[in-house]
Order: sequence, then structure tokens, then C-alpha cells
Amino acid sequence: MEFKEKLLASHLAFEERIDFSDPVHQTRLESLKTFEEKGFPSRKDEAWKYTSLNAVVRQDYALFPKKESTIQLKKVKKYFLYEIDTYKVVFIDGVYSPFLSDTTHDGLDVCLMSAALSKAKYRKLIDTYFNKITDKDDSLTALNTSYTQEGAYVYIPKSVVAEKPIEIIHFSTGKEKALWLQPRNLIVIDQNAQVQILERHQSLKDHNVVTNSVTEIYAHQDAFVDYYKIQNDLNTASLIDNTYISQEKNSNVRVHTFSLGGKLIRNNLNFYLKGQHCHSTLKGVTLLEAQQHVDHYTLVDHASPNCESHQDYKGVFSEGSKGVFNGKIHVDQTAQKTNAFQQNNNILLDDKATVNTKPQLEIFADDVKCSHGCTVGQLDEDALFYLRSRGIPKKEAKALMTYAFANNVLESVDLPILKKRINKLIAKKLGVNLGFDL
Amino acid sequence: MLTIENLHAQVEGKQILNGIDLDVKAGEVHAIMGPNGSGKSTLSSVIAGHQDYEVNQGTMLLEGEDLAELAPEERAHKGIFLSFQYPIEIPGVSVTNFIKTAINASRKAKGLEDMAANVMLKKIREKSSLLEIDSRFLSRSLNEGFSGGEKKRNEIFQMAMLEPKLSILDETDSGLDIDALKIVANGVNKLRSSENAIIVITHYQRLLEYIVPDFVHVLFDGKIVKSGTKDLAIELEEKGYDWIKEMA
Repeated sequence: MEFKEKLLASHLAFEERIDFSDPVHQTRLESLKTFEEKGFPSRKDEAWKYTSLNAVVRQDYALFPKKESTIQLKKVKKYFLYEIDTYKVVFIDGVYSPFLSDTTHDGLDVCLMSAALSKAKYRKLIDTYFNKITDKDDSLTALNTSYTQEGAYVYIPKSVVAEKPIEIIHFSTGKEKALWLQPRNLIVIDQNAQVQILERHQSLKDHNVVTNSVTEIYAHQDAFVDYYKIQNDLNTASLIDNTYISQEKNSNVRVHTFSLGGKLIRNNLNFYLKGQHCHSTLKGVTLLEAQQHVDHYTLVDHASPNCESHQDYKGVFSEGSKGVFNGKIHVDQTAQKTNAFQQNNNILLDDKATVNTKPQLEIFADDVKCSHGCTVGQLDEDALFYLRSRGIPKKEAKALMTYAFANNVLESVDLPILKKRINKLIAKKLGVNLGFDL
Repeated sequence: MLTIENLHAQVEGKQILNGIDLDVKAGEVHAIMGPNGSGKSTLSSVIAGHQDYEVNQGTMLLEGEDLAELAPEERAHKGIFLSFQYPIEIPGVSVTNFIKTAINASRKAKGLEDMAANVMLKKIREKSSLLEIDSRFLSRSLNEGFSGGEKKRNEIFQMAMLEPKLSILDETDSGLDIDALKIVANGVNKLRSSENAIIVITHYQRLLEYIVPDFVHVLFDGKIVKSGTKDLAIELEEKGYDWIKEMA
């Protein structure tokens, strides 16, 4: 049986396992229908021209996680921001791990999607927000929606500043040789509230795991959301990340995506600017080697006047790795005084790596400032010579320049401990000690 | 210190140096002058080991050791320093971090531990004040948005920090006003000692009023066509390069 058929056939069994009375049953069924009609995207779809899921979906995966596995904290501690206090929502092979988690209902909600779906007191929120800003035509999002059960649920009430960052971490243990995960996150930041969130998918040993994740983020008026995606998984793990962000008046949402490891990563990052004077920041550092493949597919939809968006993605590619950047900016006819900027700069460290980069600007308003630029190049030879003439060996000189290249993306990281970690990770990936404190 | 014999070099198939002989001893300052296109900058790039230049004949020895097979960084570790005519901008790396990295890379190559942070800091303070460099300047990205004068001062600051045996100053005077020129020249003069040597590459005599050379060589068509003392520089300033061309 093909994997698509398996997904369709298993749905009944899936819903039997959970409570039928939950409020999204109908949405699940509708979404399954969408997925049935559309199937997995193929390279014939313009949006998937440079990224093929064929090899991924030709295989078979376990859909239902077994009972919760336990992991010793000391074995996974390094994947947490253990140096500081955080809220944690942790899953092991798709199943919530109360032992590793640190949730709260004290003044804000940091808990589970399954709880939000099953408890009456959340009903109104689910009705208001669940699956409201997703792309209803997107088959992978529909697939995730049809299997919605678990994930993180975050609600920050009006004028509350979350004092600790929230870590959403998914571990996969490898107990299933091939595992298909579909976490579903709902994050609502009410008026004037603030939060920092980290999301990470991490397999603990080599095995074939594919995560098809959907996250909806609602930033209300004057809200501030600082979101970090850490993608540094093993070379056997793939991730399809579908993130949808709705912004109301004066809200500020920043998403940093660090793609440093994994087999195949597709980031569908969608911003919908619905109120005036929104700020949106999309930044990414991609540092790949071997056969890794990362595809950033961004959309910034300027649907209101006087908003500002900044996109800055840097990529460094070597040894047959492949990078794709497709950045779409849509400026509605009514969205006058829009400022929309987009940059995608790439360095190829050798001639086996490839990059495809494509800006897509659809501008229907006349009083706007929009710019885009993309570059693909090698490290500057004269600059390398300059560094080497000062005694810095070639490898370190390359690393220093690569680091410098990515540095302005890291500068806006507002969690010092995370910034340091990412810096160290980049240095480690480059295989050198940069010789100074990052 | 540096002995160059019959040096021939080409870049992208074009022969630039056609048999250079030069002997620079410790404690000496040599000026190399010449019209545009005579091969001055090529000579400095070849000594520093730029990969685009191919030495096809002759030898370069630093304290008796052949430089031919050494990478640029290895030449730096042996004590060669090139002050660039056009220093490269490296956004994202501060002057301080750059110089720390460079010093510790050289120390590592010599089997030494990293320089202690407080020693490094003291040295940076001392050498930056020598070149009248403001401390805020040190935390800026290397050469990014620097004025011509700031770039050249930064080059000499690096020279002061790295304490090379042989320094090559490639057109260090270009783009400098007279005040900046004096600061740079003053810095260089304070770094002169009986242990090190300096090669000053320049088109004009102006810099040589401040950094007084022991020897002056005139380069034309990839060869040294005339050598003399500092008076030769003055003669060139008065007569221009045409009589040299005629002589060649």
C-alpha cells in the first residue's frame, strides 16, 4: 500500500483512539478530504520545483506513536537551554513527556494541544483560532490538520509578559525505524503581551523520521513574539514546517530559523499582516554539508497599510548540499506606505553545492518601498588572502569569513545564551576554533 | 634578512617580474619606487604569497629559508607582513577580534599558548595609542566604512601588534592627507629596530621624507634598473620617471 493510501485508511483508527466529541472532528474530516484530493506535492507544483518529496513519501512510516518512551534527562540536557529557567513542552516520539516538561497555567497557559482540544474551558479559543489562518489548499497542512491531536498550546493573556522563554521540543528515539510525526501547535498572544519561543526537533539516533508540523501564531494588537527555530537534526531526519502567523495592529513578530542539520527541511513560513503598523522579521542562517537539503519558502502578505517587513536569509553550502530560497512578498492594493525588504545571500564553499533562489514580488499598491536582492558566490579570494597574510590559516580564515557573513543575522537574536550556542554550533560545523570569544 | 635573486613572476599568463635582485638586511629600510605598472605591487604580493602570482624563476629567501613553497599564513608566521594598498573590508569581525585571532594563530604555529587576555589588552592599548587610534574604533568591523586614513592606520596598528621581521608597506601613503601621513610614518619609525627590516613601496617621494630609507631602488618593467641612497628619491621627484624609462 502506498503511504498516501495508508494515511487515508488509518484515519478512522486514528479518530477512534481519541475523543470523538472534540471540537475539531469535522475539520479533520474536511482536511483529510483535501489531502485525498491533492495528495503529496510533486515537482510539477511550482512551489515544489526544487524540492522533491518523492523519496520521502515512497517509504512506509509508523503513524501511531507507541506508549511514552522515557529518556534520561542527562542524555538530552544539551538540547535544552539548561543554563536558564524556561517553560518546556516536550514530546518523545510524538507523545507528551510530563517528566521532561515544565508547563504552566499560572497567569498564562503553556500546555498541550490535546488538553486544549478536550477541555470545555478552551472550547471558545479553539473555535476562534484553530485552523483559521492556515492555507486550506495546502495538502501537507491539510494532512497535519486531519491528524491533529498533540502539540503545544500557548496562550499569553492581555498585557502579560512571559517571564521565561518557552521551549517546544520534539525528540524521536528511533524505537520505530520509520516514524511520521505531525505535531500541531497553537499560539495566541493577546493584546500587548510578549513571549519568546524556541522550537526544536531532534532525533536521538539515526532513523528515518519525518515531521510534518503545523504552527499557528496569532499576534494581537501591540503583541511581541520572538520565535526561534533550531534545525540541527541528524542526517536521517526530515522536517516539513508549516508556520502561519497572523498579525494585528502594531504587533511585532520575529522568526529566526537556524538550519544547521537534517536530511531534508522545508520551511513554509507565512506572515499575514492584517493590522496597520506591524513589524515582521524573517531571518535565517543555513549552513549545510553533505547531502542536506533546505528549502525556505516564505510569504509576507501585506494586507494593511503602513507595515514593515524585513527578510534576511544567509546560506553557506558545501559538499553536494542544496539550498532553495523562494521569498514571496504580496502587497495588497490597500497596503499603501508598505516597507518590504528581502535579502538572500549565499556562499558556495565548493563546486558540488547548489542554490536556487527566487524572489517573488506582487505589488498592487503604488506608494510602497520594496526591495529584494539575492547573491550566490564564493568567499572572496582577496579577503581570504588578506586574512591569511596576517597569519590566519586558510581553514580558519574561511571560517572567520563565513562566520562574519552570517553574523548580521545572529545580531538580532535576543536571547544571549542562544546566540552563544548558535555561534558555537556554527564554529563547530566549520570545524574550527575561531580563536576569540564569540 | 630577505634575499631575492633573479625573481621572475607572472599573473594570469602575463609576465610581470623579469629578474629582481634585492638584498635587505636587518635594521635597513629599502624604498622601491617606480612608475605605474612597473611591478611594485606584484613584488609585494609575490613576497607575501598571493596565490594568483606564479613564480617561474628565481628564489626568495627569508633568513636563509626558501619561501617558495610556503602558504601566505606560513610566511606571516615566519615574520613577513604586508600592509595592503587597499585593505579589505570584513563586515562582522571587529578589529580587536581580528587581531586577537591573528596573533594567536601565529602563536599556535610556533607552539605557544594563546596570549593571556590581560597581556593582549595591554598590548592593544599601547599600540593603538602609538597610532592615535580611538578605542571605539577597535570594536568596529574591520575596515568597514573606514576612511582611507583609518584603513592605513589600522594596517600599521596590525604591524605593531604582530611585530614582523620584514614589513612591506605597499603604497601606504596613497589616500592619506598630511596629518594622517605623519601619524602613520611616526608609528612606523617607532617600530624600526636593528632586528627588523622594512620595504617601502611608493610612487612618490613624499612618504620618504618621513620614513627615511637607507636604500632606494627604481623598478621598471619588472626589473630594478637603478639603486642608490635617499638622494635618488629626490632626483626622481625632480626629474620624473621618463629618464629612467629612457635609460632602460
